[in-house]
Amino acid sequence: MTPEAIFQRLADSFGAEAVFELHADPAKDKDPWFKVAPAQIEKVCERLRDDPDFACDYLECVTGVDYPSEKKIAVIYHVNSYTLKHRVVLKCYVDREAPALPTVVNVWSTANWQERECFDLLGVLFEGHPDLRRLLLPDDWEGHPLRKDYAEKADYHGIPTTRPNPVELFQLKVPVRDGGLPPAAAAGSAPQTPGKDKEAKAS
Amino acid sequence: MSEVIFANEMDEEMTLNMGPHHPSTHGVLRFVVQSDGEIIRKVTPDVGFLHRSIEKIGERNTYPGFMPYTDRVDYVAAMFANESWATACEKLMGVTVPKRAQYLRVISCELNRISSHMIALGATAMDIGAVTPFPWTLREREYINDFVEELCGARLTYNYHRIGGVSFDMPKGWRDKVRRWLDNFDPIMQEFDRLITLNDIFVRRLANVAVITGAEAKDWGLVGPNLRASGVKWDLRKDDGYSVYPELEFDVPVGTGAFGTVGDCWDRFWVRVEECRQSARILRQALDKIDEHPEDDLVGKLPKKLRPDGEAYSRVESARGDMGCYVIGKGAEEPYRVRFRTGSFTSMGIISAKSPGLFLADLVALIATLDVVAPEIDR
Repeated sequence: MTPEAIFQRLADSFGAEAVFELHADPAKDKDPWFKVAPAQIEKVCERLRDDPDFACDYLECVTGVDYPSEKKIAVIYHVNSYTLKHRVVLKCYVDREAPALPTVVNVWSTANWQERECFDLLGVLFEGHPDLRRLLLPDDWEGHPLRKDYAEKADYHGIPTTRPNPVELFQLKVPVRDGGLPPAAAAGSAPQTPGKDKEAKAS
Repeated sequence: MSEVIFANEMDEEMTLNMGPHHPSTHGVLRFVVQSDGEIIRKVTPDVGFLHRSIEKIGERNTYPGFMPYTDRVDYVAAMFANESWATACEKLMGVTVPKRAQYLRVISCELNRISSHMIALGATAMDIGAVTPFPWTLREREYINDFVEELCGARLTYNYHRIGGVSFDMPKGWRDKVRRWLDNFDPIMQEFDRLITLNDIFVRRLANVAVITGAEAKDWGLVGPNLRASGVKWDLRKDDGYSVYPELEFDVPVGTGAFGTVGDCWDRFWVRVEECRQSARILRQALDKIDEHPEDDLVGKLPKKLRPDGEAYSRVESARGDMGCYVIGKGAEEPYRVRFRTGSFTSMGIISAKSPGLFLADLVALIATLDVVAPEIDR
């Protein structure tokens, strides 16, 4: 089935308020996609998996995109069918300030880790997820890096997150003890002695 | 390495910390294992030690400028991440790749697939306790590294593919060298079968261990050799038919449960052995057929400014299965969003579901035969 036909079938059975806005401009949308109301995503996915005409048994990818100008985060599902060899792309637009939508772990188990990653990097809450913890970043990390307005902290537990530009360092012919380092190095604690800093803080 | 914490002295249950520098974790991974003696009750994988936020880096680089970074997505098989990024950008910008460049992509990728499987096979055998096969497979990998070095100048992080094509043509005499090596490779694989694949001790060690059924594999999003070992015949090279793969003849090996159940550890090992043979077959044909296409036609016609608007998702069959690259452009020089979907990431998800009830030593076999590579999980 083409994505257009899948969209039509879903829109007919779920109604235009649940499945809407097919985007299939060949110049822009190389994989046609449509929007799904966030509250309906689990039911739509269940239908995609169980209906023999769709038979979508493989959730390829769950990811999110931040759109600060629209104050939305798009959660994107790429779904594939092994038997019928068709694909479909669903997008859920959730509010950027309180992003939350139902999980699809009960439909495809692979959503477990992919949703955890999306929560970790974009801060989307998946309601009903069995184990929604940070996955890639440390548990005490602040913020969600893939948001467009994310500002990196200067250090993490005393480890600087920036380094002096090595090109500028090589230009220094004679190392000078005071005032010799470029301002970037002077601002963050000097990279040569992070261990010492840590010890000093620990003691 | 590993340390043991007894949670309760009256109880046999203990918490084992496996990793992050355990030799069988193939990189920097950590598993917190709760076990009752030798029997595992629960495994909690802890990943992220190699996280570099490659997706954020992608948002800060231009489309061609991001190519060297993609090597680091999977350093054992960097060519596929190159190809994945290149095909995603080509799909987004509507670029056609010249046939010769496509053949060069197939040749480089299939060489890389063999070298990646060589690591997987050798390391699996070594994790189980057979040390000899590892140097054997590494020897073959070294030959391939030499070939790829002649082709693109690097042995590990290739940066060979370009948006619209590849960077260099084959050097003079290179093709005959590869052909000579291929002639030796088939007998070596037969010897490898006698040495380890069909070795009775090895077969008994892996058959019927950590069986993953086809339905489970689909549900957990396993891809590539892991999926095929569970009996699902799905290979993007055949089923999606990208690049010039439809012009080439090869078979897709599927797990048969020859010594146990379909989808056991031995099947996952055997599927990789067979894939090496099929890759050698593809290489022979591609090295012959590349002559039909003119030289010095290596990069397709690109738009003057690479500022696409829109989105595209590309899929390639990497050594660890379906590698997807999702890119969104908003008319700027840098992509708005980059996403890599990798095989190892989803393979990791199944470990905590499959491991309860396994022996502790079988967890090592499960991790090894799933062929997870740490940077591909963490990106």
